[in-house]
Amino acid sequence: MHSEAVVRKPLVTGGKTVHDVTEDICKRVEEKPVKSWMAAMAVSLALLGFGAYAVFTLVWEGIGSWGLNKTVGWAWDITNFVWWVGIGHAGTLISAILLLFRQRWRMSINRAAEAMTIFAVICALQFPLLHMGRPWIGAIWALPLPNTYGSLWVNFNSPLLWDVFAISTYFSVSLVFWYIGLVPDFATIRDRATGISKAVYGALSLGWTGGAKDWSRYETVALVLAGLATPLVLSVHTIVSFDFATSVIPGWHTTIFPPYFVAGAIFSGFAMVLTLLLVTRRVFNLEDYITMEHMSVMNIIIMVTGSIVGIAYITELFIAWYSGVEGEQYAFYNRALGPYAWAYWSMMTCNVISPQLFWFKRIRTNIAATFIISIIVNIGMWFERFVIIVTSLHRDFLPSSWAMFYPTWVDVGVYIFTFGLFFTLFFLFAKFFPVINMAEVKSIVKTTGEKTDK
Amino acid sequence: MSGNKNFVLGVYSDEDELLKAIPQVRESGVKIHEVFSPFPVHGIDDVLGYKRSNLSIAAFLFGLLGTTLALTMQIGMMAVDWPMIVGGKDHLPFPTFIPVTFELTVLLAAFGMCGTFFVASNLRPWAKPRIFDERITDDKHVVVVDIDKQKMSEAEIKSVFEKAGAEEINNKQFD
Repeated sequence: MHSEAVVRKPLVTGGKTVHDVTEDICKRVEEKPVKSWMAAMAVSLALLGFGAYAVFTLVWEGIGSWGLNKTVGWAWDITNFVWWVGIGHAGTLISAILLLFRQRWRMSINRAAEAMTIFAVICALQFPLLHMGRPWIGAIWALPLPNTYGSLWVNFNSPLLWDVFAISTYFSVSLVFWYIGLVPDFATIRDRATGISKAVYGALSLGWTGGAKDWSRYETVALVLAGLATPLVLSVHTIVSFDFATSVIPGWHTTIFPPYFVAGAIFSGFAMVLTLLLVTRRVFNLEDYITMEHMSVMNIIIMVTGSIVGIAYITELFIAWYSGVEGEQYAFYNRALGPYAWAYWSMMTCNVISPQLFWFKRIRTNIAATFIISIIVNIGMWFERFVIIVTSLHRDFLPSSWAMFYPTWVDVGVYIFTFGLFFTLFFLFAKFFPVINMAEVKSIVKTTGEKTDK
Repeated sequence: MSGNKNFVLGVYSDEDELLKAIPQVRESGVKIHEVFSPFPVHGIDDVLGYKRSNLSIAAFLFGLLGTTLALTMQIGMMAVDWPMIVGGKDHLPFPTFIPVTFELTVLLAAFGMCGTFFVASNLRPWAKPRIFDERITDDKHVVVVDIDKQKMSEAEIKSVFEKAGAEEINNKQFD
């Protein structure tokens, strides 16, 4: 028998019944798009269009159209890549790790969070693909395929190749996890729809009927996938951090990177989940499903992971001093006090100080404050990657080759392209897919709804 | 052309009522075809006498296959087919094979298990499912009984459902 402490707030408010859940979620899919959605879509498509022009320029002109120079050979491309991959992590954390811990508050946010994961990883993938200059050839050379050079195989000693495997596994497993969760909800839409949409949602629902045997298998699959996705998500950002940690560049060559990157990923991911959900719940009137309680819990996670990230920053500084290695010490001195000090201190303010505001209950249950801080955190996490990458490179081993990095409009445009892509995909998802996992929420309506209805 | 298939449906709204009703129906000698629900009902496997799904074993075996393939591929390419010293490491630098081996293990376990699930539950885009009641995917739990497979008459089955507290008792026919 399940019993819950009285201090727990209800997860679904407004006295919803099982049928209300179907109505509230399906109505968004069935009705004509609302004006605010159309406006949001128009903005996203405009960003995507401008970004596509930048991508065209990049592929046509070559990587020289980026602001890279021979000292700073990696800058915005890999910063954006790591940033997007990091954002994706919250979705898997919510759907997999919280499932293993039986945290039922995940149920009404996991669908949107997983969608965010998938779209964020798609955006991240643009950068390694595009930076190859000729992506159609480069993408093939990154795979262990027979070729006319011997075959000369890919180098399995390289963390960059591990990334290929990690990110593609992460993307495809997340996609399958998300889709299997969607199947019963597509069946709900199918059974209410007529005409073409019945055929489309019928095909998407794979002929789901909701038999007890199928539910039993579905639950086993969800549990095992969660068990597989948990180490997977931790491995992905660990491997991303290996791209830096296994090199010999001062500022990159640190063993703290894997846990530090994973904490940062969860930190930025939850911030992005909050940014998106606060907008989604307003546009689609989902205040009874995505409640203050959800916001408050996610804000606590941001506060905790933000503190972990803060400790990592301080540990890095301490170890640089304590190591006694001059190159390492200079890398960190230059970070905090050199020409990129503005970026370093933006990072410190956004990532370490701003989440501490969530110690106050009034702030973590305030929608406007949460929204603003969630954006600040994401700006901070972008700066973190920029600081790690550019400040470690721009003053290298020969002072005569020291340089600064200045982004061109193509650098900015390709980043905007991924924003356009991300929001276009997310808004399409929010309109045409059930944004809340109806089946899972229905299973908790009776036990944790506000009113235990008959 | 083997004629129509006839079913009796007992409809329930509350999952706890459903869990109480199923044993009553089974004890009175009615064989249940399947119970359909809008969401997973915990404890329904026990009252229906279903065994735990073996899909986790499928996942393990596919994972094992992934591990084997990944190690064979990496050792074959790096140490056998074209041995080359990279960064002063061995031809067979086992620790650097761990990440790719792990990823391929997870990939094959996940895809293998989901593929098995789709096959076992007959889930495919062109499937033409038997939908006993369109409210199943909304808010009703439906206990389905195949009349042709029972020793009892239709009227007797319906009286069993009545005693077991079904909200509605309906008939459904498929070609």
